Amino acid sequence: MEQIANIFVKSIFVENMIFAYFLGMCSYLAVSKTVKTASGLGLAVIFVLLITLPVNYLLDRYVLAPGALAWINPQWAGTDLSFLSFILFIAVIAAMVQLVEMVVEKFAPALYNSLGIFLPLIAVNCAILGASLFMQERDYRNIQEVITFALGSGIGWYLAIVSIAAIREKLSYSNIPAPMRGLGIAFIITGLMGIAFMSFMGIQI
Amino acid sequence: MNKRIFLDPLFKNNPIPVLALGICSALAVTVKLEPAMVMALSVTLVTGFSSMILSLLRNTIPNRIRIIVQLVVVATLVILVDQVLKAFAWEISKQLSVFVGLIITNCIIMGRIEAFALYNKPFPSLVDGLANGLGYGIILIAVSVVRELLGSGTLMGYQVIPQQWYVANGGVYENNGLFILPPMALIILGLIVWVFNAKNAKRV
Repeated sequence: MEQIANIFVKSIFVENMIFAYFLGMCSYLAVSKTVKTASGLGLAVIFVLLITLPVNYLLDRYVLAPGALAWINPQWAGTDLSFLSFILFIAVIAAMVQLVEMVVEKFAPALYNSLGIFLPLIAVNCAILGASLFMQERDYRNIQEVITFALGSGIGWYLAIVSIAAIREKLSYSNIPAPMRGLGIAFIITGLMGIAFMSFMGIQI
Repeated sequence: MNKRIFLDPLFKNNPIPVLALGICSALAVTVKLEPAMVMALSVTLVTGFSSMILSLLRNTIPNRIRIIVQLVVVATLVILVDQVLKAFAWEISKQLSVFVGLIITNCIIMGRIEAFALYNKPFPSLVDGLANGLGYGIILIAVSVVRELLGSGTLMGYQVIPQQWYVANGGVYENNGLFILPPMALIILGLIVWVFNAKNAKRV
């Protein structure tokens, strides 16, 4: 239990997808102009992470990792399919995003219209694939830990995109040097927010 | 024609500062110059060859499933790069960790395929892909030079700031530890964007 709480806090604050690893920056910069759409995209990311990470974890555990195939036939204990993990992870993610897109289009047309082109872009959102690869690299022990990690990084991403959207809404009233407007100032604010988030570094439960 | 395809993405339409593509997998590898250069090279190769291959296939791919086909081609190339790095540059491959895999989701690659390779012949697509990869590489290298020089006083692992300048040896100089931390990459990039926009002076 302690371990799970620790992973949760760590993945939201200390190892925040955006401030510590810059994952998912493309959609983060493109969709953060108003709080409403930003929060929609953030929720979509949390949702997709919660679906894809456990699936990829099971795939890694029972098919891809070195010796993972031993449960089918002990003779295959020596096989190592881990070189296939990129291609299979991205396939799972693309399929899941397609599914989410269809569900959202059917049951929440308003949200679908406001997210527009960015929903398919979640498939190539680095935060999703990045979380899967981190999950593979860090060797989480069981599926509860993986789900906690998925929820935590999703919430961390959500916090980041909603807070920058709120700041950018206010920024449209301020007097910024012309070449800095838009992209430049968004980078610098993200950097400053990242420095603020660094104060969580080293927190353990 | 080809010269313009090659030069445009390097400066005028550089994918990072002007189009805001491909920032995702870029910045975490810019603490040191060496991994940044390896990353730049890998991305250039993957962008170039994936553009070329998809341009060769462009008339045979049904429109509905093109995203999946693109992802498969890109992922295959990235697996090749990853295996080569693991075999010949184990140390750097460890440092880059998951970021090699994340080349797959680099928006520059998908962006160039969608915007250019699907409508052009293989050779211009190859040039366009390589040039965009290089444009990305230039920014990556610029950021990492600043960070490594100011953060650790070295370049490619060699000491550049003379040892006797340091406080420990009786000098007045101290490395700025802030540059090692991830947020500084964003701030440097923000400044680069500023320079680019001020020079181009077309975006307000």
